[in-house]
Amino acid sequence: MVATAGESPLAVYRALTEGAFDRHGLPSTLSRAVPIVGAGLAAAVAFRAGFFTLGVEGQMVLGGLVSALTAIALAGLGAGAITVSVLAAVGAGAAYAGLATWFEFRFGVPILISTLLMNYPAVFAASYLVSGPAGEAIGGVSQTALLPEAARLGELVPGTRLNVGAFVVLVLVGLAAFAFRGTWLGYEARMTGLNPRFARYGGVAVERLGAKVMLASGVIAGLVGAIQVLGVHYRFIDGSLTGPLYAWIGLMAALLANSNPVGVVVAGLFFSALHTGGLEVERSTDLARELALVLQALIIMLVACRGAFRARDRVGRSGRAVGREVAGPSEAVGVEGVGGDA
Amino acid sequence: MPDVLDATLLNSTFRMIAPILLAALGGLLCERVGVFNIALEGLMLAGAFAAVAGSFFSENAIVGVLTAVAAAAVLAALFGAAATFLQGNMIVLGIATNFLALGATSFTMPLLFGVKGNFSDPRIHGLGKIAIPGIDGVPVLGPMLSGHSWLVYVSWALVVAAQVLLFRHPLGLRARGIGERPDAAETLGVRVRPFQFWVVVLSGALCGLAGAQLSLGQVTLFVENMTAGRGWIAVVAVMFGRAHPLGVFGASVLFGFFDALGFRLQGSRLPNQFAQMIPYVATLVGLFVFEAQRRTRARRLRAPTGP
Repeated sequence: MVATAGESPLAVYRALTEGAFDRHGLPSTLSRAVPIVGAGLAAAVAFRAGFFTLGVEGQMVLGGLVSALTAIALAGLGAGAITVSVLAAVGAGAAYAGLATWFEFRFGVPILISTLLMNYPAVFAASYLVSGPAGEAIGGVSQTALLPEAARLGELVPGTRLNVGAFVVLVLVGLAAFAFRGTWLGYEARMTGLNPRFARYGGVAVERLGAKVMLASGVIAGLVGAIQVLGVHYRFIDGSLTGPLYAWIGLMAALLANSNPVGVVVAGLFFSALHTGGLEVERSTDLARELALVLQALIIMLVACRGAFRARDRVGRSGRAVGREVAGPSEAVGVEGVGGDA
Repeated sequence: MPDVLDATLLNSTFRMIAPILLAALGGLLCERVGVFNIALEGLMLAGAFAAVAGSFFSENAIVGVLTAVAAAAVLAALFGAAATFLQGNMIVLGIATNFLALGATSFTMPLLFGVKGNFSDPRIHGLGKIAIPGIDGVPVLGPMLSGHSWLVYVSWALVVAAQVLLFRHPLGLRARGIGERPDAAETLGVRVRPFQFWVVVLSGALCGLAGAQLSLGQVTLFVENMTAGRGWIAVVAVMFGRAHPLGVFGASVLFGFFDALGFRLQGSRLPNQFAQMIPYVATLVGLFVFEAQRRTRARRLRAPTGP
């Protein structure tokens, strides 16, 4: 593909790796990985239990917006404002995710579609608020006022965008990994992800479990939004969370990692490197940075089909069609592949 | 508000229906053979891009439409082969296909046209508008039915074609058999996976038409990610229309209206962002209505056998 575009694949590869890992690239790769891993974790927590949420983006935006507005409103509170605005962001993310979950269990509206559609109102509403009523539009960019110093997250490495948020995300990854391995809830989630009917038969209250994992997903998404706002931009800028596709790259990282929390870190770092490298490719060649997105999508397609290669190895050529039953999206959601192996 | 509901809105409603309807017809055929196709968004985007590219280089709108159909069908073949022959997870593959289309169109745009973001050029030939003699001057009917690109009329014809194909043709019987009882169909000698694969390719071709209508029928330009969720709205239209051509047509009319209304209200007293929200919120509300209906029907069916 690269060769047909008239560039040497080797040169592109060098630009990709150097751009991602050299002195300037590495900090950028790491700081970009924070929201990607965070969003990936938010997705993975729900995927693991077979709930296919596409709403991380909207929840992140709401979390980011709410944290900025709270921090500005509580400017007099000093450092206490951080706690309150993070809690508010977490609440906003969880509430939005909870709403979609309620829609599914009370009204039968499939989470896959409702969460996707709910992203748009969240993003547009945030854009409206910061473009007028609660923000300022300067030079075509809508944003809130700058946050008070006390409400900002501390830098981890001076001079980079790495902040305490990176640490928070790693703690969350550890917590999620522990929850899946060592707790009853995690066991139920894994079993439900693998086979919801069996889990229900085995006594899992699937609705209650769904509410728990979706709320957890919303909590993480809201928190990631707050981390970006309080730790990187120090204000909510319209499009700063959606433009770089953090939520979607995170979602693909979760898919690549088969929803394993530690795997999400690795996959998130990898995809983050791919995108930082993509910027260098754009600088040093005529190729656009979206090369990274193309590669990423192709990787996910290969991963999605790995079952076929595996099955073929084991039983030889099994030609029988199983013709998966797609009774409706809510049935199709949570079929094998996203649930993760136990 | 009342001054918004005028002839322009009627006309643009019928233009906005076509992309949703064409993609939804593709989704409907997939649904009928048991493939849950959420790649409509990406397939449509690939079509919109290829339509502009084809029209720009040949300076011929028809070539543009054909390029769109070919490009979207090729992408659909990739998705279809992975979903049917390789039995990959359809949802994961659908999402990946959408991002492949987004990445590939944004990646190819500067290579082909030397610009990023959006591309418009006088050499892109759009689809002309056809005025139907006799109807054109009629007050309400005129703006509704006349003055559209030929793809709009093709989309209506395809609704009828899909209806006939599904319910009056052996191929349709076979398709429905595969969707409802794949094992039984296999036993009767239908080759399930190849059949599913070709239906997915066909849905890609339909999404190509949908994309061409977006980028050549309504405007003559391509903007990054210009489908903006319409493929997802088409997915909901398939569900809302119960995978039935006439039902899907009705759903597309409804969603097309809200799409047009959202456009129309931009620049009005309502803040732009709220106008832009309208199609998605309307689709979400549509889902609620659909599920509520389904539940009532299920209850009614259960009632006679109950105590």
